[in-house]
Amino acid sequence: MTLIDQPVRPASSRRPRGARRPDSGVPVALLLPALLGLAFLTLPLIGLLARTPWSTLPQRLAEPGVLAALRLSLLTATLATLLCLLLGVPLAWLLARVEFPGRRLVRALVTVPLVLPPVVGGVALLLVFGRRGLIGGWLDQTFGFTLPFTTAGVVFAEAFVAMPFLVIAVEGALRGADRRYEEAAATLGAGRWTTFTHVTVPLVGPGLAAGAVLCWARALGEFGATITFAGNYPGRTQTMPLAVYLALETDVEAAIVLSLILLVVSVVILAGLRDRWINTP
Amino acid sequence: MTGHLLDARLAVERGDFRLDVPLRVAAGEVVALLGPNGAGKTTALRALAGLQPLTAGHITVAGSDLDRPDRRRFVPAEHRSVGVVFQDYLLFPHLNALDNVAFGPRRHGANRRTARRSAGEWLARVGLVEHARRRPGQLSGGQAQRVALARALAVRPAVLLLDEPLAALDARTRLDTRAELHRHLAAHPGATVLVTHDPLDALVLADRLVIVEEGRVVQEGDAAAVTTRPRTDYVAQLVGLNLHRGQAENNSVRVADDLLLTVPEHLDGDAFVAFRPSAVALHDDQPAGSPPNTWPATIAGVQRHGDNLRVQLDGPLRVAADVPPATAATLRLIPGQRVWAAVRVTETHAYPAG
Repeated sequence: MTLIDQPVRPASSRRPRGARRPDSGVPVALLLPALLGLAFLTLPLIGLLARTPWSTLPQRLAEPGVLAALRLSLLTATLATLLCLLLGVPLAWLLARVEFPGRRLVRALVTVPLVLPPVVGGVALLLVFGRRGLIGGWLDQTFGFTLPFTTAGVVFAEAFVAMPFLVIAVEGALRGADRRYEEAAATLGAGRWTTFTHVTVPLVGPGLAAGAVLCWARALGEFGATITFAGNYPGRTQTMPLAVYLALETDVEAAIVLSLILLVVSVVILAGLRDRWINTP
Repeated sequence: MTGHLLDARLAVERGDFRLDVPLRVAAGEVVALLGPNGAGKTTALRALAGLQPLTAGHITVAGSDLDRPDRRRFVPAEHRSVGVVFQDYLLFPHLNALDNVAFGPRRHGANRRTARRSAGEWLARVGLVEHARRRPGQLSGGQAQRVALARALAVRPAVLLLDEPLAALDARTRLDTRAELHRHLAAHPGATVLVTHDPLDALVLADRLVIVEEGRVVQEGDAAAVTTRPRTDYVAQLVGLNLHRGQAENNSVRVADDLLLTVPEHLDGDAFVAFRPSAVALHDDQPAGSPPNTWPATIAGVQRHGDNLRVQLDGPLRVAADVPPATAATLRLIPGQRVWAAVRVTETHAYPAG
């Protein structure tokens, strides 16, 4: 799912009636691939809708397995987003506001999970947080606590993949924010922490919200890292994308229904994000 | 001299730029830092606020050091008793007027209700009670300026700092706001430092002017001293005087190799001579009887200036002359034209430059 194909058209781009260069002057060499591209992106969605078993949809939606997967997906995606906010916003602040040696390297490292195949991310998480992993072994021996193949493991896997989206969005917003408001807050007696919570965060609110929504959507759709690190246990680690994949092998109609739910949730989020952006002055 | 609420030597060195401004302000006094853009006024203000550390010198308020590099003493902005009205006000866009003003009291330990009540009182004082619920974006420039003033005063600062407080306003609003600002500054019991490049703001609002050019104080004094005895071309231009420097001997000052101006004062050595452009009379020919203070000049340019024409003269002295329209009609005022300039002795004013 991509959120980039939603440009906000400036009102001034509208051409007055009767002006020269009518719209039909678009060259075929551009128009044809453009239409093909559009079809390529929308046909699978149409196919999904066309094959949906609408008559049996209510019963299928009410199946306990479906609801459990949906509930687990929403829960883990939300928890992963909260975890990303907790760790990612300070990280974004650090990258945007503090000059330190190796900042460019840190920024590059933060974006690695963006380009890393999620399955590889899952393997890497296993190597660190697995029972014999660098940190996982210690966690297991000291607290008797294991992450892999648990719901917490799902949250970890999703947060690992989704956090860069949040960090990048928030860092951009922080860079764009006028720092003099923070100076004004300091002259009024606000310490750094109060300034951050009472001035900086509200100022970057729209960017923060956009980043959180992106992060949540990415976490919701996460598949590769989750199945590698957390496995596929119904009710515990089986999220919607995993359920779709599994259902595809036994019951295609169930897979379609699950996919439809994911699609609806994604579109609703996308619409919410657009409103957020358009309403922002 | 003791008894100054604010005592500072603001020294900041940053790359090629050097600021070194001594500044003392008594309680209740309003001092304007006046100077051209880039003179370092805003840097001085930021240093006082704690937003720019000094590299040398000191800032002492009510006897305690806020910044003294040689003793490694630096009190950050949030712990200084300083209120700032920023040039473009910097009202928090996510808070309404009331909460903007309440922000300071809240940070100084007041609970929400007390802070809001105090903010309401300050808004009442600047006449904006009915706008308390408005966001900064819904306020006019003049209203935003008053909210910014209320916000800075609400923390009851020992030192109030204003950075070009009227620069962002249009001419009409400026007039009203200037008068109102004067009232509030007069009521402020602490020290006030105002930064401006507008001489009118400085003259109306301040008790004392400190004129800064290229990071240095070039002149200091009350309005009368500065307007009658400018000491740099910048100040002379601000107050609309011709200013020339030369060697005085008895009651004449040599301002150019071949020009000696006769002045009413008796003095010796390095001296300034100042006279108003309207005191310069222009003639087609050399005035009869060779009176003192006449010299040949060339017209360099002519502009409208109020009801008169302002004529720029080249020659031994570069001088501005204001010519009334009636006189202008009898002269050929075109660039390159040669004329005679004359200034009556009683219209000149000389004072030591040392």
